[in-house]
Amino acid sequence: MTGQAFFFYLFAGVCIASAFMVIASRNPVHAVLFLILAFVNAAGLFMLMGAEFLALILVVVYVGAVAVLFLFVVMMLDVDFAELREGFLSYLPIGALIGVIFLVELVLVIGLFSVDPASVRPAVVATATDVSNIQAIGQVLYTRYFFFFQAAGFILLVAMIGAIVLTLRHKPNVKRQDVAAQVARNKASAMEVRKVPSRQGV
Amino acid sequence: MDLLLTIALIVGKSLLLLVALLIFIAYILLADRKVWAAVQLRRGPNVVGPFGLFQSFADLLKFVFKEPVVPAGSDKALFLLAPLLTCVLSLAGWAVIPLAQGWAIADLNLGVLYLLAISSLGVYGIIIGGWASNSKYPFLSALRSAAQMVSYEVSIGFVVITVLLCVGSLNLTAVVQAQETRGLATMLGVPWLTFLNWYWLPLLPMLVIFFISALAETNRPPFDLAEAESELVAGFMVEYSSTPYLLFMLGEYVSIVLMCAMTTILFFGGWSPPIALPPFTWVPGVIWFILKVCLVFFMFAMVKAFVPRYRYDQLMRLGWKVFLPISLAMVVIVAAVLQLTGWAPTP
Repeated sequence: MTGQAFFFYLFAGVCIASAFMVIASRNPVHAVLFLILAFVNAAGLFMLMGAEFLALILVVVYVGAVAVLFLFVVMMLDVDFAELREGFLSYLPIGALIGVIFLVELVLVIGLFSVDPASVRPAVVATATDVSNIQAIGQVLYTRYFFFFQAAGFILLVAMIGAIVLTLRHKPNVKRQDVAAQVARNKASAMEVRKVPSRQGV
Repeated sequence: MDLLLTIALIVGKSLLLLVALLIFIAYILLADRKVWAAVQLRRGPNVVGPFGLFQSFADLLKFVFKEPVVPAGSDKALFLLAPLLTCVLSLAGWAVIPLAQGWAIADLNLGVLYLLAISSLGVYGIIIGGWASNSKYPFLSALRSAAQMVSYEVSIGFVVITVLLCVGSLNLTAVVQAQETRGLATMLGVPWLTFLNWYWLPLLPMLVIFFISALAETNRPPFDLAEAESELVAGFMVEYSSTPYLLFMLGEYVSIVLMCAMTTILFFGGWSPPIALPPFTWVPGVIWFILKVCLVFFMFAMVKAFVPRYRYDQLMRLGWKVFLPISLAMVVIVAAVLQLTGWAPTP
């Protein structure tokens, strides 16, 4: 138990610290790298809770794919720090106003928040030891929530097609490689033998 | 006390694996150079020790004793973090590889997913290294290399899924056991011909895709565009010298051998002997495993020796327009066949 507690505080502590560094660090690339560190530690927290599948999927999808794209975009940005700091004072009043409003709202919500004691139940946890994590998720996802699963898939498909349609342009007069045509070339279609008369050229 | 003992046991096993792996890498590196030399009718390294057997250790000492140069304009912390990250991540993948029955340090239920997660992190070492060098060639090459790794990960993922469909588990030990007990040979009534049981035969197209994708994923020739020396000098490692460079190199070779081990486990039955009859079953499983890994690595080395380098657009076309549709179709076909014939494994 002590080992678990130690790792919980380790992961949680690093997670919060790196989340803070995401907004505090000056260099945007460092910020993205701290974001990735936060993701990895969140995966560690999932792992401690026994949700191994979620933990590994978090690493594969968010750290391995989404954050790579973030990093690409941020590295390409040409950020001028002096220019960024120039506007700081002029934006300070409105920024502070929004921050204060947000803080007041948060305090009101948390201060006035109360839980109906009747609604508090012990959380329903699937504790069947013979069913592994991934099996349990599969059994629920592909039976009870099958429609939602399919709907989510369709939404992603539409988004993907939309992105392709928005960016795909066929420029005229651009030579494109046609692999099938290249492979289909043979000696007869690719070469011709010419008799070149002497001192006249082709 | 019990906890301490467990921790000590895990640390001991990991150290043992680490040392064995590093010595193996030293000789696989030499074998790579020797094969390359033999194809080009050269002798290869033959000066240090008998037949050049200590060449890798001499190289190691040379790298370690050189002066590490950190460029003035670089982001120093990240510059040194990148090679460490590459090396540590590729070594971390070995934690779940079962070298023989019960010889995995961590026999995870989701071992395959863990491997995919670790290998998807490998790209960070390259991007960070390229960016932190603060120089344009490393950066360009890091972008190339990262795009290449991300593209080929997709088809590797689908190949792994087809194997998992046949196995019915994400545990790497279960993958090997499924190939020992079920498969083509068992169906034909000759269960001792285990090499027919292995998935290389029924899933041959996926083996080809996996092998080529593994080449691209580890930046091996003919897909070593990251270090296309004619355009980019040495890719994202241009600014690196001495030990940091050594760590990059080591990480690269560790992940190459990891890919060979994955091919062995997924398609060539891991530690199981090719024929389950006495002279073959006397040989310990780990020997079979190492032999198969060496065989796959020999193919890696031969490809490096005689296939010319791909152009970048051809590489991208191969990944997205050829491998992705084929592997996606194969997932559907394999799933349909397993379902319709009733061969699907029951959990």
